[in-house]
Amino acid sequence: MNHILSDDANIQSRRAFLTRAAKSGAALVALGYGAFRMVRPSSDTSNPTPTDATPLPDFRVPKTGARMAIAEGPDRRRGLVAAIDALGGIRTFIAPGDRVLLKVNAAFAMPPALGATAHPELVETLAHLCLDAGAAEVAVTDHPIHEAASCFRFSGIGEAARAARARLWLPAARDFGRITAPGSRLIRDWPVLVGPLRWATKLIGVTPVKDHARAVASMSLKNWYGLIGGPRAVFHQQIHDFIGDLAALFRPTFVVLDGTMSMFRNGPTGGSLADLKPTHRLIVSTDPVAADTFGATLLDHAPEAVPFLARAVAREAGTMEWERLNPIRIPTS
Amino acid sequence: MNIVHTRRITQIFFLLVFVAACLAAAPGDIGRYSSTPPNLFLYADPLAALAAWASAGVIPAASVGALAMLALTLVFGRFFCGWICPLGTLQQAIGWLARRKAPAKERIMSNRYRLAHRTKYYVLAILTVGALAAAVFRTAGLPDSSTARVLTGSLQTGWLDPLCLSHRAFHLALVPLVGGEPRQFVQALWMGGLVLAILALCLWLPRWFCRHLCPLGALYGLFGRWALFRAGKTQSQCTDCRRCERDCEGACEPSTRLRPAECLVCLNCLHVCPDDVIGFRCRYPPETENAQLDVTRRGLLVSLASGALAIPLLRLNGMLGRNFSPRLLRPPGSRAEPEFLARCLKCGQCMGACPTNIIQPAGFEAGLEGVWTPVLNYRIGKAGCLPECTACGHVCPTGAIRALTPDERLGRGKFEGRDRVRIGLAFVDRGRCLPWAMDRPCIVCQEVCPVSPKAIGVVERFAPAGIEPMTVAGASEREWELENPIPDRAGDWSSGDYYVRWSSQAPVRIVSATGHRLQLAKNVETPALPGGTVEFLVRLLQPIVNPQRCIGCGICEYHCPVAGLKAIRVSAENESRHSKHRLTTPAPADV
Repeated sequence: MNHILSDDANIQSRRAFLTRAAKSGAALVALGYGAFRMVRPSSDTSNPTPTDATPLPDFRVPKTGARMAIAEGPDRRRGLVAAIDALGGIRTFIAPGDRVLLKVNAAFAMPPALGATAHPELVETLAHLCLDAGAAEVAVTDHPIHEAASCFRFSGIGEAARAARARLWLPAARDFGRITAPGSRLIRDWPVLVGPLRWATKLIGVTPVKDHARAVASMSLKNWYGLIGGPRAVFHQQIHDFIGDLAALFRPTFVVLDGTMSMFRNGPTGGSLADLKPTHRLIVSTDPVAADTFGATLLDHAPEAVPFLARAVAREAGTMEWERLNPIRIPTS
Repeated sequence: MNIVHTRRITQIFFLLVFVAACLAAAPGDIGRYSSTPPNLFLYADPLAALAAWASAGVIPAASVGALAMLALTLVFGRFFCGWICPLGTLQQAIGWLARRKAPAKERIMSNRYRLAHRTKYYVLAILTVGALAAAVFRTAGLPDSSTARVLTGSLQTGWLDPLCLSHRAFHLALVPLVGGEPRQFVQALWMGGLVLAILALCLWLPRWFCRHLCPLGALYGLFGRWALFRAGKTQSQCTDCRRCERDCEGACEPSTRLRPAECLVCLNCLHVCPDDVIGFRCRYPPETENAQLDVTRRGLLVSLASGALAIPLLRLNGMLGRNFSPRLLRPPGSRAEPEFLARCLKCGQCMGACPTNIIQPAGFEAGLEGVWTPVLNYRIGKAGCLPECTACGHVCPTGAIRALTPDERLGRGKFEGRDRVRIGLAFVDRGRCLPWAMDRPCIVCQEVCPVSPKAIGVVERFAPAGIEPMTVAGASEREWELENPIPDRAGDWSSGDYYVRWSSQAPVRIVSATGHRLQLAKNVETPALPGGTVEFLVRLLQPIVNPQRCIGCGICEYHCPVAGLKAIRVSAENESRHSKHRLTTPAPADV
């Protein structure tokens, strides 16, 4: 009897042992798996988010080549429509189903009349044109200098986007990803506003012609500064190199450079109508370097006086010889 | 549905209205010009109205609401506490959750009247007497000497005013925790922690704060004593079952002699009485009521004296006048410091409204009496104070910050020719500034300065680029050949910031420098001769502040890449609100 009982007890304790062993084994496996998931293969602990290795998309439309149109006159809407028509119409650039990102210059919380930000008329007209051409969605974005929501409100761009049924994409922390720009000494493992860029299939830059003490002029290429995150002010130490790198990193479908009222002093903020003068040129170009070279002449700068242009050419982002693009000039007034 | 259900629904409704009011103050429409929706509760706060009137001598814009609340209290008692107060509702909810399964005996015990409940009347006395003192001195017409300034009153009710407590906790602690936009406040821990502690105390005793400390409740209690309609026993005899005290929020002793000053009109007693002895009416047998305030003469005198003495004592540290703190930057439109302190409730509405999150609760910058008043911190938040924004002044319930228009702030439109509103003045720290101290180009501050013409100007300077002068071997117009190879700088030479100087001519920019060859951006006036030496220079633009133009918006400070102790910092010199802080002569007409 005794040994039967003890056998029974043995069986019971064996079963208990197996159950326990299975449970603790499962716990160990779960722990190990969790630890395995938490440990990074790289030993770099200083940087919590890994660099995004996927290159940014090239938004140029193949076969359009470098083209440029200059509308002459005070009316932005008419100028924009005329210039785009001169380049073959919006359908040359925007295909049905495209997701179009308008990178506007909304740097400051200032009213549109002061010319420090992309004009809302241009944003609205452009968004309408894209949607009419069959674009699935149009988004408007910028990571500005002043507080973002106030910038879009005061500049009128937010209202323009709403009126055109475009989406206002205010940059959130999750929209920034670290990237290393190929061939750049400066943009290495640096936060860039990749969210909207990865979302989009087409990129259009919209910005006014403005004076800028450090960069000489702020135009289409400087506009890409607003796609950079992090403590980006450090790049002012090498601003021309940096703008050259931006030119190589962001390849737009086309840019709209607004020289209707150019800010010839006190830029890039302005703040007074006295800082503006009518130059009545609106440039639409698939080559932002050509556009900016022409834009510089509106501020009476010789192209050689704007060092970042040569840097952009060196990075093969376009040409400074804008006249060789045979720009189409359209009088609109 | 009985009256208790109605009360609960009303409480939930007003809690939602309170949240809506807070959200109405939250950043969004910074062009708003109506201050009423965000301040629905503060405008109906008789404690704030009384204290602001007494300390600053002004009737706050909508204190009609506050008077109406007092008038209604004379009719219905402390219905605000039991039906409307958001902090009261939250406390009641927590108290109910904590005790809903407790035995009736224990609940009755927790709703006993305690002597300590009288403390709130002393708190009210301490907090308001400082403000009332100001009214006395003002009426007496004391001269504005420095002594008189020590004797002027101070507005300190906001410390414990439940509405200020709730607004502060909402904007400074709740929004950063659950809001969509990232927001950050120094001392948020204390703002949220205080309310959390108040709620936690309800686990111990129901409505602990209302019963023991609330100065607003005490003020309503003073008036509620004489309420026309009130709860009470309609006859002195009853079975003494004390069911009426099981859920009594105010601990006002309905089973014996009801204290109308303590009754929160929760009306939980009304329907639970098995003999239907409790009513809500005008007249009661005198032996069932105790309209006496439970305060002692000695306690009251001590409170009044300590409250009256506290203000001058708080000010004896000498933070007003010449010893003002240069870090004390007030929101644009703020009044001069003594009047600002006399008006500021510390409610935190401006902090919640600021779209750039730069308005922060003060530590000791403004002295002890200014703790938790709004100060600007340009390192926090999103890019300084927007010149076009006047949101803070438009939500300020007492006008401590004046409601400016953008035109008034910037001296435009019908304010053309008038001075701009200056918050302070930016100073360049030349020991930290990159182009001043380290010969590195930067000038971000000048770029972002939003004033026209810019308040930050530039000085052009060519500094040695850190290599020895080199000897020219031969030169055409723009292409020079040097004797030795130019040291490699990984492309820096062609970055647009480097120049060469030949003899004493103006420096010429380098386009490229490779090997022995130097390419220049333009012709030099007289060509370089073989055997001559050229200097390599870096072109710097060094910032210099024009104090007549600077409005102290701090956008430069925020964007300065020297991230720790900024190389350009705004301090309170030259602020508009104090003529004694003036640093410059008035600006000429062109600025």
